[in-house]
Amino acid sequence: MSDLLLEVNNLKVHFPVHEGIVWRRQVASVKAVDDVSFTLRKGETLSLVGESGCGKSTTALAVLRMLQVTEGQIIFADNDITHLDGKSMRPYRRQMQMVYQDPYGSLNPRMKVRDIIGEPLKIHKASLTKLAYRNRVAELMALVGLLPGMIDRYPHEFSGGQRQRIGIARALALDPELLICDEAVSALDVSIQAQVINLLKSLQSELGLTYLFISHDLSVVRHVSDRIAVMYLGQIVETKPRDELFARPEHPYTRTLLDAVPVANPELELSRPQPLIIGEVPSVRNPPDGCRFHPRCTRSAEVTPPGLCSRTQPPGVPREQGLVACHLFAR
Amino acid sequence: MNQPLLDIRNLTVGFRGEHGPVCAVNDVSFHVAPGETLAIVGESGSGKSVTALSILQLLGEAGSINAGSVFLEGEDLVGLGEARMRKIRGNRISMIFQEPMTSLNPVITVGDQVAEPLVLHRQMGWKQARAAAEGLLRKVAIPDPAGRLHDYPHQLSGGMRQRVMIAMALACQPKLIIADEPTTALDVTVQAQILALLKALTRETGAALILITHDLGVVARYADRVAVMYGGRIMETAPAIPLYKTPLHPYTQGLMRSIPNLEGDVSAELATISGQPPDLSNPPPGCPFAPRCEHAVEACHQAAPVLEWINQEHARACIVDV
Repeated sequence: MSDLLLEVNNLKVHFPVHEGIVWRRQVASVKAVDDVSFTLRKGETLSLVGESGCGKSTTALAVLRMLQVTEGQIIFADNDITHLDGKSMRPYRRQMQMVYQDPYGSLNPRMKVRDIIGEPLKIHKASLTKLAYRNRVAELMALVGLLPGMIDRYPHEFSGGQRQRIGIARALALDPELLICDEAVSALDVSIQAQVINLLKSLQSELGLTYLFISHDLSVVRHVSDRIAVMYLGQIVETKPRDELFARPEHPYTRTLLDAVPVANPELELSRPQPLIIGEVPSVRNPPDGCRFHPRCTRSAEVTPPGLCSRTQPPGVPREQGLVACHLFAR
Repeated sequence: MNQPLLDIRNLTVGFRGEHGPVCAVNDVSFHVAPGETLAIVGESGSGKSVTALSILQLLGEAGSINAGSVFLEGEDLVGLGEARMRKIRGNRISMIFQEPMTSLNPVITVGDQVAEPLVLHRQMGWKQARAAAEGLLRKVAIPDPAGRLHDYPHQLSGGMRQRVMIAMALACQPKLIIADEPTTALDVTVQAQILALLKALTRETGAALILITHDLGVVARYADRVAVMYGGRIMETAPAIPLYKTPLHPYTQGLMRSIPNLEGDVSAELATISGQPPDLSNPPPGCPFAPRCEHAVEACHQAAPVLEWINQEHARACIVDV
């Protein structure tokens, strides 16, 4: 068995757009994810970053097979799971779990903590004795830093940070290999966010977890990732090891994104040039031809022949442990 | 020093809660000079938004100002009465809210919403006001402003809606603009555009800006001075550079250390502040931060420290040497 846990090849997720009530017909499709490929080694953290609508969450849901895959291939631990039906997918589900963004919306308000954390056990390990079940729930709570006395409480009795810990404990209940964190710390205050980031990192080294980390926040991503893939309008524009990406961002969009993030240092901010940002993200329903970033790109004039960016999709130019999809670097 | 534009003294705001009264803002004092940008930072529940809303007395049925004064150019707004306040809102002080999706009226065109303050406060006719609205939309860099006047909010993107909010806020050339998390709901590249626009326009019109945010990066880029709030009180206030360089309050220090940053070392764990923010319906008797503070001494748990000036521009509410 190779050390690759997950391999995503040319993934496409398109949502049909219908029109008409009596004669419903498909008139277009939203290409939410359009030809995305990446790999994830055991024990590493890959982050998907990008702004709303770039397809990062859709990619995650497709990997979990919670969305219909239009085209492409998802290989989990050397098994092609792209077209498995519900029943054959079941053994894989316990190996891949998700931590959601909203700690308020993702926990059932009518269930006690013991039942929320234990629900995956009831479904996948029904043979567990009452005692073993209780012990496992207690063990999970201790693992994420919740006190055993909280086991009979309801979600509303917890703060946002504690709720996120409950969500993490639930995701860990079945000893998964892969944890997908979809904006898992975005809703939390800074002082609490730091606690949860540290928890995720220590759980990873303790349990050997592999993370697919989805976030719009580059400073958070910098603290958790080994590698980073930057997405724009359904495509990956640049993939690199973390330090390489922050030190030498190549794709013009990656640079724009990095310049746009204000740094918590007023002196540095005074000397930093104000970012030059052209226009807004276009609708995914009608993405630009050629390179999807070209209408907003500050460097497309440098590309020869002129107009190439608006006509032809840029190839993925290989980089050491990564790639950049831009005509500027294609030779 | 010239007279401050806004001078808030010992403001205390309470709400009737389900389980008894909640003191959301406690003995808060600060001032804003003409043309300056003051950032009020804090985490959820720190009282930063309530402070902003109480300046305009938009506290709703359950809230009330229990003590203190809000002086706008020397005139105390507390106790002015609804009719007088209406003449101030959107005129001398305007507000930009967090949610550009919900704070615009969905059934009125963008042009009419921008024109409305001019009709109300400047006695303009609708025709004249709509023409002025077109100019305002151009000022906030909305493409094709004449065409956009007839659009409804749902036809615009989040960033464009926030530009409309800014155009509305600027309509009557207010002395003070309060922006409550104006870019929290927006993507980073849009955030950078909107904040740069807001900053440029306030500089151009000479308006002062109170920027309410939880994002210490945004504060660093755009604020002249900062007030840090926690548990309904101001913990520390200073110009941005000294505040970030030499924070003097243990809470500010903890906050600065726990920010994930684009600079510096990442191999180490992020510093954290242990524990949870206080429950304001049952606040700790002393300093609100004392239960989480590593420097806390006995006296911290007994009485809340007052804000004391360390030098002319830097003040903190803490009795411990840190």
